[in-house]
Amino acid sequence: MAKHVESKKVYFTVFVVLMVLTFITIQVAFMDLGWLNNILALGIAVCKATLVALFFMHVRYSTRLTWVVILGGLFWLGIMIALTLSDYLTRSWLTYPGH
Amino acid sequence: MAKSHSAVLAHHFDSVEQQREASSLGMWIFLVTEIMFFGGLFTGYVVYRTIYPGVFAEGSHHLDITLGGINTVVLITSSLTMALAVRSAQLSNRKSLVIFLILTILLGLTFLGIKLVEYGHKFRDHLVPGFGFSYPGPEAGHVELFFVFYFFMTGLHALHMVAGVGVLTILLILAGRGFFSAEYYTPMELAGLYWHFVDIVWIFLFPLLYLIGLHLKGS
Repeated sequence: MAKHVESKKVYFTVFVVLMVLTFITIQVAFMDLGWLNNILALGIAVCKATLVALFFMHVRYSTRLTWVVILGGLFWLGIMIALTLSDYLTRSWLTYPGH
Repeated sequence: MAKSHSAVLAHHFDSVEQQREASSLGMWIFLVTEIMFFGGLFTGYVVYRTIYPGVFAEGSHHLDITLGGINTVVLITSSLTMALAVRSAQLSNRKSLVIFLILTILLGLTFLGIKLVEYGHKFRDHLVPGFGFSYPGPEAGHVELFFVFYFFMTGLHALHMVAGVGVLTILLILAGRGFFSAEYYTPMELAGLYWHFVDIVWIFLFPLLYLIGLHLKGS
């Protein structure tokens, strides 16, 4: 990572945005929005995580190699969840004698 | 304390810059293994929540949204103080580095203290799997499954917090001795990455465990 000293203002701005997002995610959770509840809860969490990574973890100023490592890790997490679900969610598709 | 250029640079690196990048990349590779470590629990959670969505929401009712919310605020604030601590090290400001490290440690301990209170409530309410778990109704087994995930996910997270507080305490002692400067602050940078990573894990745990049943409360 190239040395880059972020201004205090940026850190405080990110902090305030994280607090606002936390407040919103709690408020939204009390409303019954059906399937949107999950999307909003996870969407806001992804936004917060991205802000923390980009600013607090200095990913914004990191080398491309660092980006590849991070995105590679997340991609593998995606593979783990997707392939596992592709098993569990399709088990009831085929019926077989006796069940 | 300003170290001379040669004192900071290990002989197998071309420049301080390259040395810093190598350390940072190494830390990120460790954090990727951590993603997969927590990922196993997240995958298990996704599978069982997909199979028993209603029961997971019901189990979630028994978590304390107030304490969970306060802990989220505490942890995000500790991330801010950690970022400011790293910034102080980058600017060779020893005094503010020490102050921000102490604040971060105190916030980390506050988080763990609140977590302990929450765990205490769960023991009182017989909601701890394996320790006299009892729950009324036919779905007791599946609610217990929710609490298995709750305790393993928050427990593993809390364990990371304990390790983080330990690391920060060592760094605090070193910082007090003037170990870090604008020229060399790699341990601070890497501890910061770790602390923020643990914060990110909580950012996902909070909605997945505490928020999923709120809109169904009372129904």
